[in-house]
Amino acid sequence: MKLGSLTRHLGVAALAWLLVAACGGSSGGGSASCSASAVKTATSASACGGLDALTAAAKAEGKLNVIALPRDWANYGAILDAFAAKYGITITSDNPDGSSQNEVDAVKQLSTTSRAPDVLDVGMAVALANTNLFAPYKVATWGDILDTQKESTGLWFQDYGGFMSIGYDSAKVPTITSIDDLKGAAFKGKVALNGNPKQANAALNGVMMASIANGGSLDDISKGVSFFKDLKKAGTFVPVQATTATVKNGTTPVVFDWDYLSAAHGKDVPTWKVFVPSSAILGGYYAQAINKNAPHPAAARLWEEYLYSDEGQNLWLKGLARPVRQAAMEKSGKIDKTAAAALPPVNGTPKFMSDAQATKAKDYLVANWDAAIA
Amino acid sequence: MAVAARSIHGTRRLKLQVFRTVVFVAAAVFFLVPIGAMVEFSTRGNSGQRTLEYWKEILAYPDMVQAIVASLELAAITSVVMLVLLVPTMVWVRLKLPRLSRIVEFVCLLPLTIPAIVLVVGLFPMYIWLGTNVSDSILTLALAYVVLVLPYCYRALDAGLGGIDVKTLSEAARSLGANWLDVMWRIIVPNISNAILNATLLSVALVLGEYTIANNLLYNNLQVELVHLGRANAGVSIAVAVASLLFAFVLLVVLAFIGARPRRMHRDPVAMLASPAVSSQK
Amino acid sequence: MIAAGNPAVATNVGRPLAGGRRFSLDWIGVVPFLAYAGLFLLLPSTIIALGAFVNADGAFTLENYQHLSRSYVVKSTVDTTVISAVTAVAGAILGALLSYAIVMGSPNGVLRRLVVSASGVLAQFGGVTLAFAFIASIGPAGFVYLFAQAHGFDYYTHGIWLFERTGLGLVYLYFQIPLMVLVFLPALDGIKPQWREATESLGGNTWHYWRHVAGPLLFPAFLGATLLLFANAFSAYATANALINQGQPMLSQQIGGALSSEVGAFEPGFAKAIAVEMIVIVTLVTVLYSLLQRRTSRWL
Repeated sequence: MKLGSLTRHLGVAALAWLLVAACGGSSGGGSASCSASAVKTATSASACGGLDALTAAAKAEGKLNVIALPRDWANYGAILDAFAAKYGITITSDNPDGSSQNEVDAVKQLSTTSRAPDVLDVGMAVALANTNLFAPYKVATWGDILDTQKESTGLWFQDYGGFMSIGYDSAKVPTITSIDDLKGAAFKGKVALNGNPKQANAALNGVMMASIANGGSLDDISKGVSFFKDLKKAGTFVPVQATTATVKNGTTPVVFDWDYLSAAHGKDVPTWKVFVPSSAILGGYYAQAINKNAPHPAAARLWEEYLYSDEGQNLWLKGLARPVRQAAMEKSGKIDKTAAAALPPVNGTPKFMSDAQATKAKDYLVANWDAAIA
Repeated sequence: MAVAARSIHGTRRLKLQVFRTVVFVAAAVFFLVPIGAMVEFSTRGNSGQRTLEYWKEILAYPDMVQAIVASLELAAITSVVMLVLLVPTMVWVRLKLPRLSRIVEFVCLLPLTIPAIVLVVGLFPMYIWLGTNVSDSILTLALAYVVLVLPYCYRALDAGLGGIDVKTLSEAARSLGANWLDVMWRIIVPNISNAILNATLLSVALVLGEYTIANNLLYNNLQVELVHLGRANAGVSIAVAVASLLFAFVLLVVLAFIGARPRRMHRDPVAMLASPAVSSQK
Repeated sequence: MIAAGNPAVATNVGRPLAGGRRFSLDWIGVVPFLAYAGLFLLLPSTIIALGAFVNADGAFTLENYQHLSRSYVVKSTVDTTVISAVTAVAGAILGALLSYAIVMGSPNGVLRRLVVSASGVLAQFGGVTLAFAFIASIGPAGFVYLFAQAHGFDYYTHGIWLFERTGLGLVYLYFQIPLMVLVFLPALDGIKPQWREATESLGGNTWHYWRHVAGPLLFPAFLGATLLLFANAFSAYATANALINQGQPMLSQQIGGALSSEVGAFEPGFAKAIAVEMIVIVTLVTVLYSLLQRRTSRWL
């Protein structure tokens, strides 16, 4: 860790600030401090003595356990580094390839150990099904998040999202202007999904997007399944798992994936482009949650505060994900304009699957996907 | 008669040489071409030029050393525990409880029938108990790893034990006054040294390459750290895979050279009596 | 003077209990092993098997086992068994040939140690990177394919078989063969060259040697190694998942899906039921193997 003197200076500065704040006894909740027992049930920073008290408590804990946060996912690498450097907290990042389900499983199964994850970044289906594992918490910028994008008491709150896209290497295949282009001979043996739709959020949304673009709707994923069935029969769709390596190597030059994940391929393949069909703008957001039994409750809450601060949100934006406070930050002017300009253009109203629609889609896929693709 | 025997020997030797050459060339092509493809990919820059930048990124990764040390310790512990557990048991079963051999064989095959992703679900309660009452250290993984290597090591050791006459050797030694420890350590073990070496190599290789159980129990061993590192970009993900293979290979070669050395003079007459293999195969 | 083998030399230290039955203390010898296996293998397996009887609310149910009759599970069972059997037999034969080539050389030579070490490494090499190694070499963008295509031999005209069961089988051989080498080599070491000479001096040729001398001696080890290869392929997960991520043919992939699905297809009880099914299948194959061992030891 390259912390050293910078951390020490920050630490001294923070301590000085705290002393001044305590002595001065000024703004918001000056008397209550963030004790170890209080922070476990604190539902906001103010309930725990203010952000500075929370910061101090988090630094005292000194550690944070995160799970399933690959460094190349929505710029998490930079976020993890920035947080660790800013607060001097050592982050242990486990199971980078884990799915949202793996995250809640780890919370459940390692509940009493010090290695349990403190915070979670999960898909909506998993978030809604596991609220009994989360601690309610409202970040300082709670008001900037739309009501439809958060749970009212703060059990979960959406963090970033994107739109389902078709990423492609423009040097290997012709420019894509519509999803029907994929039926052409130039795409034979080149199209892949990111994951299996019965398991991965990105893949399920990929099939749903194909469905909408082919006359289906949020309630009907069957058109998407038949689209991929036809592609498979024509030899266009390959069942291999698309990875950064297969993309760079040219085996999967066309991949259905979230636009922010797809854009990350640009660093390996300079000619990579991202296409979001205007007839099927399907969006999806992920959600943050704090483990009710987090081994480091103060650090967990500080992490959430950081993610929802302008700095954190802009870092996600740099990863080409759309942060949940984007609209509010554009209004306040705090948004990183260069990063925002780099987002793939989207012209039209985005659609979002409701929980019921997602379940219906899942049921249809479980019953029909394997047979269609085989 | 002697001339005929010699010429049979001659053609047979030629056929053997041809056979060996063909087999080795075919094996070399089949096994080295994919690795060559990986090396090529890991040294290919974005504009098609040759570059070592991805390999250099491996060296710059801070958590790597800690993970390597942990994995090496795990490999050592697992191998030792496995040998101490398996060798005496297998010899004992062969000598005293032959009816139990099928059961031991089946128990040793069982870990392989359950995919690791499911086995870890069954291991969770055990590891929670260990974590709260004994130790949270990554080295507790060795306990699970011993179970994972059982199928492979059992097979290797069984093949070795099948090639020597355990019953006669041990009876001879016992009748000459050796106790069971002597029989194990000075009679049996030297005679199955190759099998023990193979079992150890299998065990070390498995521990170094194990990912699923460590990952799901949220421990960061070598492979988990490599996956972390590989997430940086495509070139690094393949470079670390090749590096991991090379590392394991070098380690195993070292082990193979150390392990296969003691085939010198046996001062012990009983042992000399008991090792017919030594004299002929030089 | 008591000679070895004389019944007076007791190999059994038990004392007869009242009633005349001998209670053998030999069982103590296997207690450490059984205790360890019991704790770290049988206990988790039991937890898994029992977990298959529980539904999402924690109540007892048989529906997880009933779900095993779902069509894609049945198909997966057949596919998995076939692929495992084929790669086990093919890997065993090819591995045995390679082992024989190795063992015919100098027993302490450099070549042998290098090949054995390489086998150790490659036997455990699998997953996404092994799949990629094949994709990068013989895949549709791999240099072998591009070279062949440039010279008129397009071997993907009938579809990209690398991403089908044929390709999966070929990739599996990459770790099956080294595994075979490692577990079979010690058996070949037990073959003494004097036996070959004895066969020849008795007038036998190569066929006689293999059919009547070396073959029967090696067959049990060969069969046992094949069984190991079968179980190895049967439970392999990551490689299959990287190569054929859609329409997953292997049972282990079905388990993975039921365990880590983040779209709501999370069915842990069902995953455990599939695991129990896998144990049952391998147990059946083991019983078959055991019967085969006994029969062949009689007439070989």
